[in-house]
Amino acid sequence: MHCVVCIKQVPDSAQIRVHPVTNTIMRQGVPTIINPYDLYALEEALRVRDAFGGTVSVITMGPPMAEAALRKALAFGADRAVLMTDRIFAGSDTLATSYVLSHGIMRLAAETPVDIVFAGKQTIDGDTAQVGPGIARRLNLNQLTYVEKIERLDPEADEIVVHRRAEGGVHVLKTELPCLITMLEGSNSMRFASMDDMFRAARAEITVWSAAEAGIEDQTRCGLRGSPTVVRKVFAPKPRQEKAKLIEVAGLSASDAAPQVIDALLAADRKLADHLAAG
Amino acid sequence: MSSAPTPPRAPAKGPGKPAGRSRELPEHLKAYKGVWVFIELERGRVHPVSWELLGEGRKLADTLGVELAGVIIGPNDGSVGAAGADAAAYGADLVYVIEDPILAAYRTDPFTRGLTALVEAHKPEILLLGATTLGRDLAGAVATTLATGLTADCTELAIDMETRTLASTRPTFGGSLLCTIQTLHFRPQMATIRPRVMSMPDRRDAAAPRVVTEPLSMEEEQIVTKVLDFIPDRDQDTAHLAYADVVVGGGLGLGSAENFRLVRELAHVLGGEYGGSRPLVQKGWIPADRQIGQTGRTIRPKLYIAAGISGAIQHRVGTEGADVILAINTDANAPIFDFATHGVVADALEMLPALTEAFRRRLEGAARAA
Repeated sequence: MHCVVCIKQVPDSAQIRVHPVTNTIMRQGVPTIINPYDLYALEEALRVRDAFGGTVSVITMGPPMAEAALRKALAFGADRAVLMTDRIFAGSDTLATSYVLSHGIMRLAAETPVDIVFAGKQTIDGDTAQVGPGIARRLNLNQLTYVEKIERLDPEADEIVVHRRAEGGVHVLKTELPCLITMLEGSNSMRFASMDDMFRAARAEITVWSAAEAGIEDQTRCGLRGSPTVVRKVFAPKPRQEKAKLIEVAGLSASDAAPQVIDALLAADRKLADHLAAG
Repeated sequence: MSSAPTPPRAPAKGPGKPAGRSRELPEHLKAYKGVWVFIELERGRVHPVSWELLGEGRKLADTLGVELAGVIIGPNDGSVGAAGADAAAYGADLVYVIEDPILAAYRTDPFTRGLTALVEAHKPEILLLGATTLGRDLAGAVATTLATGLTADCTELAIDMETRTLASTRPTFGGSLLCTIQTLHFRPQMATIRPRVMSMPDRRDAAAPRVVTEPLSMEEEQIVTKVLDFIPDRDQDTAHLAYADVVVGGGLGLGSAENFRLVRELAHVLGGEYGGSRPLVQKGWIPADRQIGQTGRTIRPKLYIAAGISGAIQHRVGTEGADVILAINTDANAPIFDFATHGVVADALEMLPALTEAFRRRLEGAARAA
């Protein structure tokens, strides 16, 4: 089995700050991590390899510094890492990103046929969930998004059965390999990387492909030029309203304060009082 | 072993080269007219987000002076026709329909084929879908096939009159920033919008909509993926969280997973739903589908009680559609007090059980009086 895992290096959103004047993300000093959703994809690929043998390749598109994310993935146990980096990739939206990554995956497949492409369900910086389906379309892979569990995998028959999250329940789907799977969060938990793994990963060779090296002929479909969407404006969100009206409860016990809180709440909004009384 | 993937197909439509940054729409794209909303029909029921989008689509269509259409893809068991009548009641002028028994359950391939064919035949300028697991799966596949722009999880839609294009505003970096995105030189302009972000339009009496029917032109044998089963969630309530009238949410201020029951108990007395902030999911106190906020569920209840939640920006984005927000926090400077309607500076662990008890008495009293 050859599994390819698409990962993205993202700023740790918990530590993101926005510049109050320029409304730009202050990236300086913000640590970067592997997109947390991608770790479920990577772990699932490693489990497939554990069960059936084969190799796990990780691939990312990004600036040279994205190499750090690939080394992390190697420490967790990936066999091979590919960094697709080129100035012309800059500014890619999801359509252009799936175009670039699908070429990288094709180049990998030319060496060893690919059975499953894994991705996280979305990234924490863009939150689009669009790149996975984009890759599946471009490579004609059977598309399985929001997968909670691989129920059965039969490499001989090229068959896979998965549980896919739907609204109000789970679809059990059977399809053929090759396929693309985006893994849902919580579907597994990432194994630990030992110190030895980390040292090995630090010395491992990372394959670096430019657009030309990845076999991309139509460069107008990469980066800003290949992106149909244009960001016209970036701005800070306006708060919903002014400050909350504080309900004064200082000095009261909770049981004395609670009725006063309810009174204040219902006095301010008659409709709410009616709704609660009706419910 | 399986064969290597085939090379990507060329885009079905659209210019070979992206046009420059001129304001003028390429000639062959000027034929794209009208606003479409994908009506999400599953197991005989339409996801309410579809009606919310018709309400929003109506405004866009009126601004542009074009028609609003619903697109319904489903089995020929009568559910499509019923959904069409409902679509008219929520504002659609006409519906585009594909009915075929093989469309009983959602699968990426036939739905992508059907929706793509409808777009190519009837050329809408705007196509909106709900950002559900179905809508996102389908939108990503269709936008790639059509090689057009798709903006995910929009919170605001408007028409930029200067360019006559859709201006889609969405949160980015977990809600720290908003950005407005446009697709200037490609059609249709596609966007997904999460349930409850837009308000539900009023139902009105409407004549039967005009119906345009197209065939799927696909056989079951051509579809590789098979649906073996559908397992409904045991906890059906999580599906109702986004649509509940009363929601109680808990945050790290609860101190421990055990204390989360205080949130559940208050929600129970109020006949509402419960959820929590993102850190609670990360700590494993609550399951991911109970997460309230930009990266979890967007809620729009009549009353939201936030207990021990500091009010990080991504939580605000997912809750500010609530009519009334009551915040309980020990820290008077917590950001939650910047957008809540009412605030109580107190310990949630004490206030929650006291509120539960006081509400119980109050509601019992109301029931007796009634």
